[in-house]
Amino acid sequence: MANVTLRNVRKTYPGGFEAIKGVDVDVGDGQFCVLVGPSGCGKSTLLRMVAGLETVTGGEIDIGGRIVNGIEPADRDIAMVFQNYALYPHMSVYNNMAYGLRNRGMAEADIKTRVDEAARILELTSMLERKPRQLSGGQRQRVAMGRAIVRQPKVFLFDEPLSNLDAKLRIAMRVEIRKLQRRLNTTSIYVTHDQLEAMTLADILVVMNGGQVEQVGNPLAIYEKPATTFVASFIGAPPMNLMSTRPEEIRSQLAGNAAADAGILGIRPEDFVITDQTPDGGVALPLTVEAIERVGAETFVYGSREQEEQRVAATPGELPPGEIIVRIPGTEAPAIGAKIRVAAVRQKLHLFSSDGRTRIEV
Amino acid sequence: MQKQAIFQSKLLPYALVAPQLAIVLIFFYWPALQAVIQSFLLQDAFGLSTSFVWFENYIDLFKEPAYFEAILRTFFFSFAIAVSSLSFALLLAVMADKPLRGSMLYRTLLIWPYAVAPPVVGVLWIFMLHPSLGVLSRYLRALGVDWNPLLDGNQAATLIILAAAWKQISYNFLFFLAGLQSIPRSVLEAAAIDGARPMRRFWTVTFPLLSPTIFFLLVVNIVYAFFDTFGIIDTMTRGGPGKSTETLVYKVYTDGLLGGNLGSSAAQSVILMFMVIVLTGIQFRFVERKVTY
Repeated sequence: MANVTLRNVRKTYPGGFEAIKGVDVDVGDGQFCVLVGPSGCGKSTLLRMVAGLETVTGGEIDIGGRIVNGIEPADRDIAMVFQNYALYPHMSVYNNMAYGLRNRGMAEADIKTRVDEAARILELTSMLERKPRQLSGGQRQRVAMGRAIVRQPKVFLFDEPLSNLDAKLRIAMRVEIRKLQRRLNTTSIYVTHDQLEAMTLADILVVMNGGQVEQVGNPLAIYEKPATTFVASFIGAPPMNLMSTRPEEIRSQLAGNAAADAGILGIRPEDFVITDQTPDGGVALPLTVEAIERVGAETFVYGSREQEEQRVAATPGELPPGEIIVRIPGTEAPAIGAKIRVAAVRQKLHLFSSDGRTRIEV
Repeated sequence: MQKQAIFQSKLLPYALVAPQLAIVLIFFYWPALQAVIQSFLLQDAFGLSTSFVWFENYIDLFKEPAYFEAILRTFFFSFAIAVSSLSFALLLAVMADKPLRGSMLYRTLLIWPYAVAPPVVGVLWIFMLHPSLGVLSRYLRALGVDWNPLLDGNQAATLIILAAAWKQISYNFLFFLAGLQSIPRSVLEAAAIDGARPMRRFWTVTFPLLSPTIFFLLVVNIVYAFFDTFGIIDTMTRGGPGKSTETLVYKVYTDGLLGGNLGSSAAQSVILMFMVIVLTGIQFRFVERKVTY
């Protein structure tokens, strides 16, 4: 049981590359914190710094009220689940789980109790004598989890633990991890690039980009009020439609809003409705339907705007300029090539400064 | 996936392997066959008459206590050379595996001795440890060691083991370094988080994961110590003083070429050939299967 607090944590590599540019995060006792961001954003580096596998070149990492910057990984009282599981290939499942306890000099009888308990929780009891290579991906994943939980550490660290699993198993394990964490009530930090995993697991979501924190908070709060265009396009799938407010078409519709400084307008695909009316204070756009994707419960309509427009800065999941995604329920959809009109109400508009770094309240 | 090549002509595949087969037959099987034939023959001292004696050469050999001494000596040398060379190479590889500044240079330098021919190794070491010329001998004598490998058999043996092991370190180092680098970093990190200190981490994770490499090198080193040490022995001690550094291979040479007993020499070669076959068999059986985990 412990808090994890990062205060202005920095990491500069000897070559001068700044991987982490000052991160402040506070994870409360028993909370599940997810670090999410595109690859190369520094999320894994940050996790490895908490684990003690990377040195900290600036700031403080505090685990349970103790600054751990100079403390060996072994003495931080943490357990980590690696992306490739990092099981000891020459040891049986039992010994994989018992290894950490033996290193700490626990009596064999106590070790057995703990390993058996963990094996029961993770349904590994029948596999204790097997070697890792005799297990499937999902089973190896569970052994890696088991190795972490037998230690009963203060903090669990997860480094993209599900990315080597197939889609179905990933969803099943995601739920398992969440249930397990609730049950053990152990503070956890989880790294992923998958925004869906991030949204579903997190108590606190930390969205990172380029070594910096873009936004920290409750996942739904972040979804509803993204602080930057980066967060807006990264959280939520398909990504938020971002467009410049400069064209007259949009500028005139936004006239009543506090949009004087805004340079970028964002509207989520699910907030559009196909209608001929323009809601009061909202925005309506004429579109030509380019493509349709039906996935059963919902349908994605890809439309192009009549007007050419300037590119809006947002890296991940960015749409080509002028393209708009609309998400509508069911399978009813307009024909390809049809001219439609989509509109979003005022409360669903997101406005950002032209550099995309500041959110402007409507 | 089609793995088999298809040839239009039936002769073409044979023609293609013929050069390789010819080399193997002429340079390997033919001499081996000659050795086997020779081992059944007895020649008089002047080479005037030859008679077929069946297994007499072998029987004589096994009646000779010196032969058993040579076998024991060879086993001891092999063991000592393999163990000292392997352990020192492992130590160097573990250190070179760390992210050090200039590690490329360090690694390259460690690989160089492998390019030195065995007789040259012998000469190098004899220059350092020759009782009257050697640089190191003077220090040894200053330390009160009565160093004279030309007279003392044990010292001569030590010298051979030292030089032979030194030469093989590079080779072992290379394999150990590759082996160490193939151990996933995350497994060692997991062990570190699991509370294993560096020494314990080495013995409980690194060493077991290296065991296929260790076993492979053990066989290679034994074969090396059996056969490739000839040049070193010949330049340093010529099997002496007495017979204290005469290994099986060296005895083949002294009995056959110096002693003129070609029959016995051939019989010894055939026995050695069987030993290699056995060692290679062991290697294929176990190493190729990656026994340990």
